[in-house]
Amino acid sequence: MFPEWFSKWNRDNPTDIYRPAIIIGAIGAAVFGATMLVAWGQPFATDSMQTGPRGTGMSVPEFKSDLATPDPSIELLIEDPPFIPEPGEALAGDIYENVQVLGGLTDANFNRLMAAMSRWVAPEQGCAYCHGDGALETYGEDNLYTKVVARRMIQMTQAINENWAGHVNANKEVGVTCMTCHRGQNVPSDIWFKLGDVNEAADGWAANQNRVTPQSQYTSLPSDALEKYLLDGEVIGVHDLASRVEGVPGQDGYPGIQQAERTYSLMNYVSNSLGVNCLFCHNSRAFYDGAEVTPQWATESLGIQMVLEMNNDYLVPLRDEYPPERLGPVHADAPKAACKTCHKGYQQPLQGANVIADWPELATTSGTPDYGN
Amino acid sequence: MPEYQNIFTQVQVQGPPEWGMDNENNMAEERMLKPFFSRLVGWIGNAQIGPVYLGWTGFISLVTGVLWLNIIGLNMLAQVGWSIPEFLRQGFWLALEPPGPEHGLSIPPLDEGGWYIIASFFLLVSVCTWWLRSYLLAQQHKMGKHVAWAFASAIWLFLVLGLFRPILMGSWSEAVPYGIFPHLDWTTAFSIRYGNLYYNPFHCLSIVFLYGSVLLFAMHGATILAVTRFGGDRELEQIYDRGTASERAALFWRWTMGFNATMEGIHRWAWWFAVLTPITGGIGILLTGTVVDNWFIWAQEHHFAPMYDGSYGYESYGSYEAFIGQED
Repeated sequence: MFPEWFSKWNRDNPTDIYRPAIIIGAIGAAVFGATMLVAWGQPFATDSMQTGPRGTGMSVPEFKSDLATPDPSIELLIEDPPFIPEPGEALAGDIYENVQVLGGLTDANFNRLMAAMSRWVAPEQGCAYCHGDGALETYGEDNLYTKVVARRMIQMTQAINENWAGHVNANKEVGVTCMTCHRGQNVPSDIWFKLGDVNEAADGWAANQNRVTPQSQYTSLPSDALEKYLLDGEVIGVHDLASRVEGVPGQDGYPGIQQAERTYSLMNYVSNSLGVNCLFCHNSRAFYDGAEVTPQWATESLGIQMVLEMNNDYLVPLRDEYPPERLGPVHADAPKAACKTCHKGYQQPLQGANVIADWPELATTSGTPDYGN
Repeated sequence: MPEYQNIFTQVQVQGPPEWGMDNENNMAEERMLKPFFSRLVGWIGNAQIGPVYLGWTGFISLVTGVLWLNIIGLNMLAQVGWSIPEFLRQGFWLALEPPGPEHGLSIPPLDEGGWYIIASFFLLVSVCTWWLRSYLLAQQHKMGKHVAWAFASAIWLFLVLGLFRPILMGSWSEAVPYGIFPHLDWTTAFSIRYGNLYYNPFHCLSIVFLYGSVLLFAMHGATILAVTRFGGDRELEQIYDRGTASERAALFWRWTMGFNATMEGIHRWAWWFAVLTPITGGIGILLTGTVVDNWFIWAQEHHFAPMYDGSYGYESYGSYEAFIGQED
């Protein structure tokens, strides 16, 4: 292939080309990498939110690229300010039939809220999703399950805003509307159903864990954490509050390792729902220690109580209203809510956008909204 | 590239297989498996595979060990409805769990941990007969029993985790599940449940000896490889007839850090560090839940859990709005 003089010269002048090639290649790659880092910057740059004293390592890291991208759902929020009622204005309860919850609203505000609800929950089907295809005169009927459920959901939204302000307005006025969960979908994302025992041919603690399920956050931890803590109201604490506490696991409430695994499963769910880590609320060296938790721990504890009320007082009792396709795949149970149903992976739902400002109708259970007039 | 700079063994001896001696006790009768050579195995050790001494201890150990493994495997398979694809897909998640806390120290139904108790019994027999095998074989070879006692230190930790501590706690539910991820979850949950094992002094000691073993292993291996060209790999000869390899290695360490082990002493260092890892760890586990239930509070009571000055919560250090770049 090569001329003879070339091959001969090569034979007569043996040279180690590998050593310089490797050295030059390594140095060249390092210089190239360093140049690229200086010129283009760290491609996976992170920023950290400090959440505790220096020395504890408490911080929540995020990719800068993620921080630069706002929650896309925020764009779906549109300004829709209320109409300040005039004295003596006719109320929806007097104008329309069968207005059980929003009867105290003026006609204009009532229709404004109805239009918004169709935007939030059924943008494709519109009014017909709850009211059917009939004429306006039939809108008072309760023939569709969607309308019955929607009415109860309005009451739930009002109760959350009024009674659970400590959670939903913990940092500033944020509140919740239908949009917080629904985001333009008939059924909100990130609802949950009972899974029951996920393992065949096993019972007890051997049956509820060690399977890849969304509810265990794809870990082998128990898959029934949401059911036990956010529906049955089991106590989360598994620590002893003294250095020595006598007890036998399973007797007189002395928690076992199994309970610790189940709380761990719940905590995984909570942190994934909020897009944070353990250190957002806890100092991980002593998870239980009330002197070393952040204010967010208190907000979250309130949130657990709130979710318990939402599930037990509002969502579960609606079970018989739903058609079969809306019920759970294993136990045919009603769809239930938890942290991620609202938060969708953000520390604050819709990154803390104030969704309630335009909707005093949804901020009170009194039936007479405060329009500030 | 120089011959000795290689991560694999460079010298492979292959010839007629070495059967080992046969003596008046007809020891060779109990050796089985026709010996053969493997070049691949020769890169990392002796190229000859077999023969193997089985004996009654080896036989019982293997049979019970296989039973233990198969009980676990069949339970896992039953949990996924005897579906092989699901078994493979979920393999790392599946486990044979110990009985729940409600069963205490009783024998529960098979599907609630009964199989776990049976499997654990077989494992106990398997491990103990394997230990006996390591002891008896050393005896037959007229060796010291160092291997058996080192193995016993690991068995101590194993017995603490699966037998002694559950009995002291009054519940089999404290034992470790048999599964890849589940036993890791158990480890985390165990630490969290008992208030953070990092504040357990015996856990600290165990970590010191574990990491110390790694360090000693690396130092010793590196030293011997580095003086192999002077005959340093003939360690036993170097112990009683110190040559230039030992001298150089000793000088290297003494001039580097002021102290050096000896050709004999380094092996005692390594043995004790390795053996003390599970011994101290086992003590730490045994004290957890039986003597101390919350190690963090215990550490506070003994003044070695410092408090940190500063506020808790991000509000003291910045705002959420600033963090997500939405500050007005």
